[in-house]
Amino acid sequence: MSSTILITIISLSLLALISAVILYFVAQKFKISEDARIDEVQAILPAANCGGCGFAGCRNFAEALVQAETFDGLNCPVGGAEAMGLAAKILGKVAPFVDPLTAVLLCNGTPEFRPRTSIYNGASDCRISHNLYIGETDCSYGCLGNGDCVRACTFDAMYMNNATELPVITDDKCVACGACVKACPRNLIELRKKAKKERKLYVACSNCDKGGPAKRACSVACTGCTKCLKVCEFGAITIENNLAYIDATKCTFCRKCVSECATSSIIEINFPSKKPKAEVLAESVNG
Amino acid sequence: MSNLLNISPSPHTHGKDTTKKLMYGVVLALMPALFTSVFYFGTGAVIVTLTSVISCITFEYLIQRFILKKPISITDGSAIVTGLLLAFNLPSNIPVAIIIIGSLIAIGVAKMTFGGLGNNPFNPALVGRVFMLISFPVQMTSWPVPAGFGTGYLDAVTGATPLAIIKEGLKNGESLSGLMEKIPSAFQMFMGKMGGSMGEVAAFALLIGFVYMLYKKIITWHIPVSVIGSIALFTSILWLVNPELNADPLFHILAGGVLLGAIFMATDYVTSPMNPKSMIIYGCGIGILTVIIRVWGAYPEGVSFAILIMNAFVPLMNTYIKPKRFGEEVKNG
Amino acid sequence: MKTFPSGGIHPPENKLTAEMAIASLPAPESVTIPVSQHIGAPATIIVNKGDYVKTGQIIATSKGFVSSNIHSSVSGKVNKTDTVIDTTGYKQTAVFIDVEGDEWIETIDRSDEIVSEIKLSSDEIIEKCLESGIVGLGGATFPSHIKLKVPAGKKCDFLIINGVECEPFLTSDYRLMVEKGEEILIGVTILMKALGVDKAMFGIENNKPAAIKHLTELSKKFKGISIHALKVKYPQGAEKQLIKALINREVPAGHLPVDVGAVVHNAGTAFAVYEAVQKNKPLFERVVTITGKTMTRPGNFLVRTGTPVRKLIEAAGGLPADTGKIVNGGPMMGKAINNIDVPVVKGTSGIILFPANESERAEINPCIRCARCISVCALKLEPFLLMTLSEKNMFERAEQEGITNCMECGSCSYSCPAGRPILDYVRLGKATVNRLAQERKMQQTATN
Repeated sequence: MSSTILITIISLSLLALISAVILYFVAQKFKISEDARIDEVQAILPAANCGGCGFAGCRNFAEALVQAETFDGLNCPVGGAEAMGLAAKILGKVAPFVDPLTAVLLCNGTPEFRPRTSIYNGASDCRISHNLYIGETDCSYGCLGNGDCVRACTFDAMYMNNATELPVITDDKCVACGACVKACPRNLIELRKKAKKERKLYVACSNCDKGGPAKRACSVACTGCTKCLKVCEFGAITIENNLAYIDATKCTFCRKCVSECATSSIIEINFPSKKPKAEVLAESVNG
Repeated sequence: MSNLLNISPSPHTHGKDTTKKLMYGVVLALMPALFTSVFYFGTGAVIVTLTSVISCITFEYLIQRFILKKPISITDGSAIVTGLLLAFNLPSNIPVAIIIIGSLIAIGVAKMTFGGLGNNPFNPALVGRVFMLISFPVQMTSWPVPAGFGTGYLDAVTGATPLAIIKEGLKNGESLSGLMEKIPSAFQMFMGKMGGSMGEVAAFALLIGFVYMLYKKIITWHIPVSVIGSIALFTSILWLVNPELNADPLFHILAGGVLLGAIFMATDYVTSPMNPKSMIIYGCGIGILTVIIRVWGAYPEGVSFAILIMNAFVPLMNTYIKPKRFGEEVKNG
Repeated sequence: MKTFPSGGIHPPENKLTAEMAIASLPAPESVTIPVSQHIGAPATIIVNKGDYVKTGQIIATSKGFVSSNIHSSVSGKVNKTDTVIDTTGYKQTAVFIDVEGDEWIETIDRSDEIVSEIKLSSDEIIEKCLESGIVGLGGATFPSHIKLKVPAGKKCDFLIINGVECEPFLTSDYRLMVEKGEEILIGVTILMKALGVDKAMFGIENNKPAAIKHLTELSKKFKGISIHALKVKYPQGAEKQLIKALINREVPAGHLPVDVGAVVHNAGTAFAVYEAVQKNKPLFERVVTITGKTMTRPGNFLVRTGTPVRKLIEAAGGLPADTGKIVNGGPMMGKAINNIDVPVVKGTSGIILFPANESERAEINPCIRCARCISVCALKLEPFLLMTLSEKNMFERAEQEGITNCMECGSCSYSCPAGRPILDYVRLGKATVNRLAQERKMQQTATN
């Protein structure tokens, strides 16, 4: 009995020893020398692997950062300035300041404004309904409402609002990774510069049709009437293909265009409620 | 126009078959075998079947309702099929508690942990059965003798299955021809007059179900035919080599769970391969494994194990064995 | 009896209008003629607002290699050119014409006399088809003149005429074959001359015995045309399946029928070719089946292109109250239309009205891997796999699995017991794979 135990112990120990020796030599032979800083940089990245930086994952981005001469064009939208600053410190480089972004939906075609003209009954996928036909309304540019963007969002920052049949972006969860931008077959989501207090002011429309058809399809469509263009003092507004666009980097949130827009297609979010006109005037004169 | 038109991509019509219809079709195909087993095993068969079906449905409901918090789909019939098949694989005198444990394993472990209908790699009823066979070997292998309606439940008179008689006998050095005297004749076996699991004994009833499912196009012929064919072929070879040690092919096909396995278990949609080529490979694999287990293995019967082993190869077959595409190879003339 | 070997389904035929003779639908008060009624580049409009046009006059000319001329189907004043939602489901440019009288251009021979002598040469026939705006009338609307030019280095052995009409409900080709059999066979002879072949095979499914009998009788007068009855099976009307059924040749994936020595034309196209070549009549009207289980007077009508579907429905007894879906084309491959003002185009083989209870998709259940989609696929693809790959954006793998071979016949979705939208996703995947392949090609040419 005792000899059995002894033989077992010896043979197993021998086996372990031989395996250890083999493992040691193999590990030496196949050793890959990797820049230790990659691990360090990866540790400060958010590990969301969202692809918002343009790389496949955080590891690839960390490699790119370590190899890069300068940080120009490299940015982690999720980690933001904080993560980029830490990475720059590790690698002894300077992180350029990149405006934090947030996603906005360039369509406000709720059933109330944009009457339904048919009922989509196929697979619930925007790409399919976009390939199939104009959509449930007469607007061939607007939101199809099947929620591809919501499914694409890995940060739980979007949901479908059943009343408006449009997706809603939750500002404090949105990290501007751009997954929804890629998911939308009609390119209705834009990443815009984040303003303080989550304020947003933009043309919530993507309709490039002429004024008449656009307005027939949707009462809040931008008709490209150029009224806003004329009122803007900062040159932030451009009009192309019958569609106005407000440049977020130039916009000062004066909100003059909002009241000027005949179809209310320019929308403002998170602003304090409008003061009486006299006060606004006084403020703009003083400010 | 007041009401809006529906728009969807083509096709705009749909065939009449639904998952539900297919599942209830299988249930219907199992009915002849259920009636014969009630006829042979009496009260026990009724109690075992009811317990198994009800507990399978209940477990599916409870798991969907309280754990997965998903829509309830117990009406699609798949739980009923699992319950029936599990019952068919049990002796008719097995205690209710064991059946409930088996159902829990079948539905809870083999089916719902993988995400429910359509996602389970192994046949749930067989997983439940094999679990019970390993955990409760005594109860699972005391087979009541078919005695007609009068047969009681737990107090039924038990005997061995033909396969067990042969296996034991050969092990004890008895001659095969002597052993063949002890077991029922081929005709009796075809009619189901032998010891065994309650659903597997009546070959004719299972064949009625097979014909019905073929007629209704619920299954194709590929898997059952290749399972039975490969068993026949393999056992014929063994029989011709040494008829003193190996039983004839007809015995191998009629005894035990070959027909039940080939017709109802191996053809389970979810766990069987999807194109004809792999279906035949899969069927042959089951047949060969069954014979190997029967002839050389420790258990007298091996259909359940053979099917479960081949289930494991199905994803591999689906990935690497492809149908020849139309226009892949030009043959003119 | 011949048929293609693998896959296929048998949907209920529902040929309600098979015995209804073709009736001519008078020109409506106004027509909307889209400039893109064919595969390829839209035609260029050559009329202006206020112009007076005659029936049969060219109003838009073909632009580019794959394109087709568009003719006015009525006489009257051009009201405007604007966009309209047409059968594609999107807004397309169209010419709006207010009808005044019915004055045809002088060159059209409007007599009923059958002209059987073919005077034009092969090249002249092809030129005539281009000029007359002939496109494939089976539904794909591929410009016919391109199919008539056999590419250099290739040889065409057979002309195959598709009289299969395997789609349920539709009977427009059947009526043409029964009523205009002789014209069709002359059209076939013209096509044979253009292609330079001496054998034509006419495939008709066995559920149309009257057409088979009639054409077999007539074909004795024509040299080289043989009529073949085929076993009923959908999708036999698909080009590749019909070639396989008739001459047992398999068109390789990504190739054209002419690569195996066959060219396929539809029976309706043969009739249009007859009219264009022998009667000088461009393609501006076609036979349309208007049908549906709830219609009071379904029928087959000779309709001018650009006529709103509304007019057709009125002629067939009005819109049933519970209509839930209107399909342009057959129920298997046709396209649902947004509203009843959509104009009839060259590819409109039928308009089918579905009651509300038949117009909604079934509930989607999980895939149970019953493998029906595989067994019905005539191209031996694995639709369930292609669907999953497209859904998960795995387009490279989908390409390896042959997604581009799919002809979108819909057998997989039709037979799926779990009601899964298989074809929806396969179609998406196919479109995406084709787009990615094109992008790759452009990138290659850019770097070279």
